[in-house]
Amino acid sequence: MSSLRIFFVGGLTSYRALFGFLTPWVYVPSLLVAPIFQILLFVYIGRNAGLESDEFYVVGNALQFASIPCLFAMTQAIAGERYQQTLGYILVSPAPRLPLFVGRALPVIGNGAVVSAFSLAVSGAILGIHVPTSSLPTLTLVIIVTTASCTGLGLINAGLGLRIRETAVLSNVIFGVLLVFSGANVPLRALPHWMRVISDVLPLTHGIQAARRVADGASFADVGRLTAPRR
Amino acid sequence: MRTARLLALGWLFHFKMLTRSAFDGLLGVLYPLFFATVAFFMFRAGHDSRSLLYASLGAAVMGVWSSTSTSAGAAMQRERWHGTLELLVASPTHFSLVLIPATIAQTSIGLYSMAATLFWGRVLFGIGVSIVHPAVFVLSVAATVLSIGTAGFLLAVSFVRYRAAWALGNMLEYPVWLVAGFLVPLSLFPGWVRPISWILAPTWGMNAIRESALGGTPWPDVGMCLLLGAAYTLTGVLMLDRVLRAARRRAALSLT
Repeated sequence: MSSLRIFFVGGLTSYRALFGFLTPWVYVPSLLVAPIFQILLFVYIGRNAGLESDEFYVVGNALQFASIPCLFAMTQAIAGERYQQTLGYILVSPAPRLPLFVGRALPVIGNGAVVSAFSLAVSGAILGIHVPTSSLPTLTLVIIVTTASCTGLGLINAGLGLRIRETAVLSNVIFGVLLVFSGANVPLRALPHWMRVISDVLPLTHGIQAARRVADGASFADVGRLTAPRR
Repeated sequence: MRTARLLALGWLFHFKMLTRSAFDGLLGVLYPLFFATVAFFMFRAGHDSRSLLYASLGAAVMGVWSSTSTSAGAAMQRERWHGTLELLVASPTHFSLVLIPATIAQTSIGLYSMAATLFWGRVLFGIGVSIVHPAVFVLSVAATVLSIGTAGFLLAVSFVRYRAAWALGNMLEYPVWLVAGFLVPLSLFPGWVRPISWILAPTWGMNAIRESALGGTPWPDVGMCLLLGAAYTLTGVLMLDRVLRAARRRAALSLT
């Protein structure tokens, strides 16, 4: 019971404590406007290069940008505590570690999904991308699974934050690696073999592939393999 | 002479500080490289691989704008965090002479990124950029850095009442990459975008760099770049006087 309380209440409280992050003055420019322009940037580069359709970049970048809130908010679970000088108290408390830190991941996944869905809807409307209404529930599920995987990366980053001071730099570097390797903008066939090997182990790559197929009308049964945990 | 010394030492002081910061120094070089890599792959896989040369120069200048938009906008906020804003404002020197070298130092960090991107393109993607007019190229780069630095000064002054200035600066990174023609020719955009790009110094700086590197007439672009830089500076100084007067009257400089 205590673990459940730590998981839900502790997670929500810690997320609400990200004052600097959740204020509209930061949230709107960083998480609602920036992804739209990232999408437009790659759509126009794609048109200039004559590579893929607009939909390819809209779906790819809407999901890839979700890594920003997931990585940064999750990493703050450690870095923020250190900044507030409460990390020591948290670590010596008898609260079980798993619900303590994983509980903080739940609101982050929800926020990442909202950012991704908003970017997809707005940029889709601007560029005239049509997604079948029947695909929306499956697309939502794929977005949630993908943001959960990005939050997992954020948890790893948070763990590294116990040893590394510059977690913001590390989060940005991971974001850059995902941009290059996830296939959000470069079709995987255009990457060298060694890069495709790395792409293949990134959950985001499979999430983006699944979302593209769902946007084209595929059912969950068609893409379930792409979003399921891998052995 | 005293002004020139203040500007030079201010630039050197901030530049040395920034090179020792992992966020502004290391990430300032690495971050644009990720975008450049994606752009290189996209152009290489696309229909017209000749665009790679176009993309290489554009991606190189992207880092100069990144260094400015993400950090220069928050230059005054940083002094506020350090607790030095009031002291600098109260000093007998005009505050703009303190702020301008700080924002130009931010932009100068982008030169590392520019060199790294050209090197990256050359080594990993085989994009050789032979400079047709080397002297004019250097002048074009200097004019671009100066004018983007003054744009950073204008941003810093504009965001003085905005606690989360860094967020607004971050937000401006992609739009300027997009409409200044770094990777996409302006002819691909709707007509209403072009007047916006004309009032942005990076657009003219980018043109000047391309024209001088690939062989063209860069002088009109260099002139426009410097003219816009002067306009940004003048606007920034006038705004700064107004902002500081208001802050003194309301005792609100520290925003506490």
